Amino acid sequence: MTIDRVDIPEVAPTFRFQWEEVQDCYVVLYPEGMVKLSGSAGEIMKRIDGKQSIDTIIKDLETTFSENNLEDDVIKFLEVAYDTGWIRNKK
Amino acid sequence: MTPAGSETKSDVKPPLWLLAELTYRCPLQCPYCSNPLEIAKYQNELSTEEWVRVMQQARKMGAAQIGFSGGEPLVRPDLEELVQEARHLGYYTNLITSGVGMDEARVKRLKDAGLDHIQISFQASDEELNNFLGGTKTFQHKKEMARMVKAYEYPMVLNIVIHRKNIDQIRDILEMTVELEADYVELASTQYYGWSRINVDQLLPTREQLAKAEIVAKEYQERMKGKSRIIYVIPDYFENRPKPCMNGWGAIFLTIAPDGTALPCHEAGQLPIDFPNVKDVSVEEAWKDSPGFNHFRGFEWMKEPCRSCDEKEKDFGGCRCQAFMMTGDAANTDPVCDKSPNHQALLDDVERIGKLAKEESTKTTEEKPLVFRNMKNSKKFGAKETEPTT
Repeated sequence: MTIDRVDIPEVAPTFRFQWEEVQDCYVVLYPEGMVKLSGSAGEIMKRIDGKQSIDTIIKDLETTFSENNLEDDVIKFLEVAYDTGWIRNKK
Repeated sequence: MTPAGSETKSDVKPPLWLLAELTYRCPLQCPYCSNPLEIAKYQNELSTEEWVRVMQQARKMGAAQIGFSGGEPLVRPDLEELVQEARHLGYYTNLITSGVGMDEARVKRLKDAGLDHIQISFQASDEELNNFLGGTKTFQHKKEMARMVKAYEYPMVLNIVIHRKNIDQIRDILEMTVELEADYVELASTQYYGWSRINVDQLLPTREQLAKAEIVAKEYQERMKGKSRIIYVIPDYFENRPKPCMNGWGAIFLTIAPDGTALPCHEAGQLPIDFPNVKDVSVEEAWKDSPGFNHFRGFEWMKEPCRSCDEKEKDFGGCRCQAFMMTGDAANTDPVCDKSPNHQALLDDVERIGKLAKEESTKTTEEKPLVFRNMKNSKKFGAKETEPTT
């Protein structure tokens, strides 16, 4: 799919995203399964709340981590997240 | 400590999965049930408070998934309460049910309690066979409940146990899962433990049936891509390498039986090993320190051909219960592996059953009746130890 920076993503109701203390990372949970997220993937997912647009999320990440040009990395992760069904666009 | 001595307490990783077998009571009598034959002996179920304590302790250790299973977990009137507590603790909560004992009010109450996912089992895609296999009239009700689960926006897994009696209907079964809009479909071939083991002669599909079914399953996997994830596992009797059973003994799976016995998998109770009970010890002690959980941890316990095998870290020597059932020694290589000296006996057995299936289909021999899973048969068959048969 093509990703538009004005899109507002949310975590799909069939998945759950949460911090796991013992694993020391964010995870995505689904029926009988769990995916551990890398630090950067966790930071992106954490900001997906059905309120902020992708544009806002990218800018927030760039400010928080004092880095420019995070767009490509964020979009690359979002493609995977849309594709696996973890997130969808808020209607 | 472990007789193997290869792991120390600090090496033991926490469980990720807690399978809570709330009860062995069940309104169905499926002859391939994976519960132990001794279900009638489990009268002393854990109380609500005991389950809450178990859930708290396992969650603290790191368990992230909880499966409420059975028997039929809906039989427990405190199910909603347990789900609510589990969700509150941060578990992803799975209900594994036949759908019998469910109605809209309960689906809603469970949703309010925070239940994440419901898995409904079907016995077949046609009413007559479904009801025959389950030993009750439940087919229409199950379909209604599946629609209800979707209406309340749960992710839905439909689980259909596949065996010789229903494998030829695989296309109809898959059509039914499409119609019911399953998010995941598990075409779970019967593996031969517990009740299915004593019915293996009547349940094991033939190689020809499997080959045909695989083509249909692939077709639907392609067709439903992105809509429904279809998982098809063939019986491991037809494989050359064993399954990495439970991802290793005491590695990620923790089962608690209805009476509080802690097990590395739901079949392990049949092994001649002492397992701890959470009425006596904490979940952490059971998982980390008990001789039962350490018995097959690591690789030191292995015999040849596993010990020197370069695939041992991939499959952990297969299934300990299968090794025990077929060879009399749980530390032996799972006979599914073609490196096992007992593999030929397994092949011979599969061939014997294949012949039996052909004779049945041409009506040259009378078919043996299925042994249904119920308390009466449990008292009859569960009393004696199952003898290794190959």
